[in-house]
Amino acid sequence: MKLLLKSISLPLADFALEVDVQLQEQVTAIFGASGAGKTSLLDLIAGLRQPASAYIQLEKRVLTDTARQRAMPPREREIGYVPQDLALFPHLSVRQNLLYGQRRAGRDGSVFSFEHVAGVLEIQSLAGRRVTELSGGEKQRVALGRALLTSPRLLLLDEPLASLDEGLKARIIPYLLRVRDEFQVPMLYVSHDRAEVQTLCDEILEMERGRIIRRVPRADWLAQGNGVKA
Amino acid sequence: MTQEWQIVWFTAWVSALSTLLILPAGLAVAWWLARYDAPGKSLVETIVTLPLVMPPVATGLILLRILGRHGVIGGFFYKHFNFDIAFTWRAVLAALAVMSFPLLVRSTRVAFEQVNPRFEQIARTLGAGEARVFFSITVPLAVRGIIGGMLLAFARALGEFGATIMVAGNIPGRTATLSLSTYEAVQLGQDDAAYRMLGISVALAFAAVWTSEWFMRRKAK
Repeated sequence: MKLLLKSISLPLADFALEVDVQLQEQVTAIFGASGAGKTSLLDLIAGLRQPASAYIQLEKRVLTDTARQRAMPPREREIGYVPQDLALFPHLSVRQNLLYGQRRAGRDGSVFSFEHVAGVLEIQSLAGRRVTELSGGEKQRVALGRALLTSPRLLLLDEPLASLDEGLKARIIPYLLRVRDEFQVPMLYVSHDRAEVQTLCDEILEMERGRIIRRVPRADWLAQGNGVKA
Repeated sequence: MTQEWQIVWFTAWVSALSTLLILPAGLAVAWWLARYDAPGKSLVETIVTLPLVMPPVATGLILLRILGRHGVIGGFFYKHFNFDIAFTWRAVLAALAVMSFPLLVRSTRVAFEQVNPRFEQIARTLGAGEARVFFSITVPLAVRGIIGGMLLAFARALGEFGATIMVAGNIPGRTATLSLSTYEAVQLGQDDAAYRMLGISVALAFAAVWTSEWFMRRKAK
């Protein structure tokens, strides 16, 4: 994976988001306290916010280039986004949510086929239910499945476990590990939880007030005493 | 009695038709007002609200100027299609549509504002274009407010008087609505007929507003 985030600038309420970084690891954590600008950065990559300036390139595709007034619409970016509130469509069934963004390329036999994704996340039995009837953990898995079924080139996960209690987190993390290993989709994983970051990510970018203040590989992160025994 | 029911039927269907007629434009304007903050928004809001606060006869007079045989729109239809708008059922339709438009926009705008924009954003990341986002996410999530707004607009159309009498007159069998006929019955001292039509008006309006409130209250669920 090669994600280039160059000359990113987005004014926020109390500070400006300013990022200049190239990412290559399969799973990169964006770690920092609430309000550091992590979600805003994901929104920029997904094309949901307009930056003052930015050059964003994923592999060979230029997603945003403000200098040339180019901004690929979110629907064409092929980026799966699981927001913190999950945003499962409450008027649709689980199956309808899952299939909402399924791309032709992901049908039948592909690693991103409905059967395979639903199997990995163990959500086949939920398909006929309404999303309002699901537990917190089930909702997380359905939101993850919905994003995966778009056959994404990149997966953005915004604090996917933040709203869950410790017991439920422990049950969901294995699913995230399965997604990481089974689908090989590059991920940007936003979190302020050290244990999650330690378990899932290859590299950690630490953010504070809109800037990346530290960038460390997972091994160094643990060596620097950040590791939490899971 | 037969004539009164004809008036009720005419009023009901022309009100329903006017509500359906303004629905596409009403949804478009309400959605734009709810989702965008563009220059000129205040002007659009003001123009949309005008029929609600202007004297209805003034709105009717404007419509008469536009829809009359020498008006911009009325003249066009008379010249090219050889039919009149003013003082026909079409003028009733136009008057009801214009007078109930603000209520539809105000109600559906609130409904759209209550739809979490995050749902629409995530739908876009899932590959949906703007039309699909609107019809598969925004409208279904706002549907109760939209139906409530339609019922309010329908109720407003049922009771319209001032603009209608200016642009359509009160021609029995052609443009006479429930309100106009009630007024005429009172003028002619036909109290029994006036009170019967009053009762029907109250019942229809009550049913429409009550159902609208029911929909509006349930929309947050």
